[in-house]
Amino acid sequence: MSEFKQTFNSSLGKKLIMALTGLFLCTFLIVHLSGNLSLFNHDHGYAFNAYANFMTHFPPIRVVSYLLYLSIIVHSVYALILTINNRKARPVSYASGNDSPQSWSAKNMGILGSILLVFIVIHMKDFWFKYHQEDFSENAEYVIPYKEYKKDLVSGELLSARDLPPGKYNYAVFTEGNVETMIAKDLYQTVEIAFKQWWYVLFYVVALGALSFHLLHGFQSSFRTLGWVHRRYNGIIYQIGVWLFAIIIPLGFAAMPVVYYLTR
Amino acid sequence: MSNGNMNLTLKVWRQQDSKTAGKFVTYKAEHISPDMSFLEMLDVVNESIMLKGEEPIYFDHDCREGICGMCSLYINGRPHGPKRAITTCQLHMRSFKDGQTITIEPWRAAAFPVIKDLAVDRSAFDRIQQAGGYISINTGGVPDANEIPIPKVIADEAFNSATCIGCGACVAACKNASAMLFVSAKVSQLGMLPQGQTERYSRVQSMVAQMDEEGFGNCTNTGACEAECPKEITLTNIARMNNDFFSAKFFREAHANDIAE
Repeated sequence: MSEFKQTFNSSLGKKLIMALTGLFLCTFLIVHLSGNLSLFNHDHGYAFNAYANFMTHFPPIRVVSYLLYLSIIVHSVYALILTINNRKARPVSYASGNDSPQSWSAKNMGILGSILLVFIVIHMKDFWFKYHQEDFSENAEYVIPYKEYKKDLVSGELLSARDLPPGKYNYAVFTEGNVETMIAKDLYQTVEIAFKQWWYVLFYVVALGALSFHLLHGFQSSFRTLGWVHRRYNGIIYQIGVWLFAIIIPLGFAAMPVVYYLTR
Repeated sequence: MSNGNMNLTLKVWRQQDSKTAGKFVTYKAEHISPDMSFLEMLDVVNESIMLKGEEPIYFDHDCREGICGMCSLYINGRPHGPKRAITTCQLHMRSFKDGQTITIEPWRAAAFPVIKDLAVDRSAFDRIQQAGGYISINTGGVPDANEIPIPKVIADEAFNSATCIGCGACVAACKNASAMLFVSAKVSQLGMLPQGQTERYSRVQSMVAQMDEEGFGNCTNTGACEAECPKEITLTNIARMNNDFFSAKFFREAHANDIAE
């Protein structure tokens, strides 16, 4: 076995892969949340639709997105491999259970992660997959309509937002005098419709609760796996894990469906 | 013999050997003194079992002073029972209530096969130690004490790691039956000291390789090991070992830390 293979087949190597893919997914959450905050702009989805187009068409981001899909798959597959290994390491379980003091989220990473995987699949099917459909034929099942925005470049004011009739369009931005026109896929409308259903909103809130607990353990645990031992920084990592990844980010994401549902 | 006032019900795991299937057998422990240790209570129960002509309950024990690492027992869902930072021999019956039912199981791990009843084979730990948990030195005259300066904090931290008695409670408590706390303590106690530097990076690789070979689970930094360790070995050891391991694998030249194969 080559040195490289030996390293990544060891228990520590597999944990390293979990830690690195996990941290990469964490960084994506920051980008995703900051972009999605544009959902809170009262601009008929102008900023959000521009952002959605940028994320799917800007080449460097497309490259990173493939890395992201790969990370999700690798993180899940390795989690499964490690869980199977761990089950094998204790063939007979304890009749009296396990009452040792330990972190609840750490103990339930597998369940929390499974909820997240189901969520990611559904979430991507409903938004990512629909957005990537380029079928403009009459009987196409998922067609996201286009919208035309006109904006005054001097005042920054949105002059008009108009739904375009069904048909084939391309993303375009052009300027005539002081007025900028943008034609973009109206993913914003898809979001609005989705977040009108109470069960969909509830599903999002539950999934984001799972995300909170998953990251409460996962973020700081990944640094331990990487071998980061420094008294000065351990506290900082812990605080970032708790405040940013377990509280602010899940709350920010959960606020979107909840606010849309309540203010529809 | 026994003149206490506690009466307990014990559910004890009985297993003939590693090949046969085991089962729980219920025993009454009567007239138990709250001042007895848990092992003394088992001695009393064993006496009554032997008087009936049956085979006594097998369990590991040796020094009964909490320092040898021989006693084990998974008591009511916790290794070494409900108290923090003690071994089973240091656990007293006053930690239980009169009339309580106590479930006693052996350490459960594929790498720790049951020898008989509550006694498990922990020689996997010995093999991990033999893989690199030592410092090679040439024999000769006795070196002068304090010849090699060691900062106090380093000496203290190395000593904390060295207090591991290898009882296996970390493996027993871990939801993944991982031996990372044990291995990391053994790696740390030598890796932190100047005398341990020569073999530092080959040691960590050999010991981790042996740990994986023995069939222990993978660490999820859950922290049950740290909470149950009778010697309070900290999770920091695990991070330190990971650091040494990845350092050896990725950031150092291979020839300097090749595993002797």
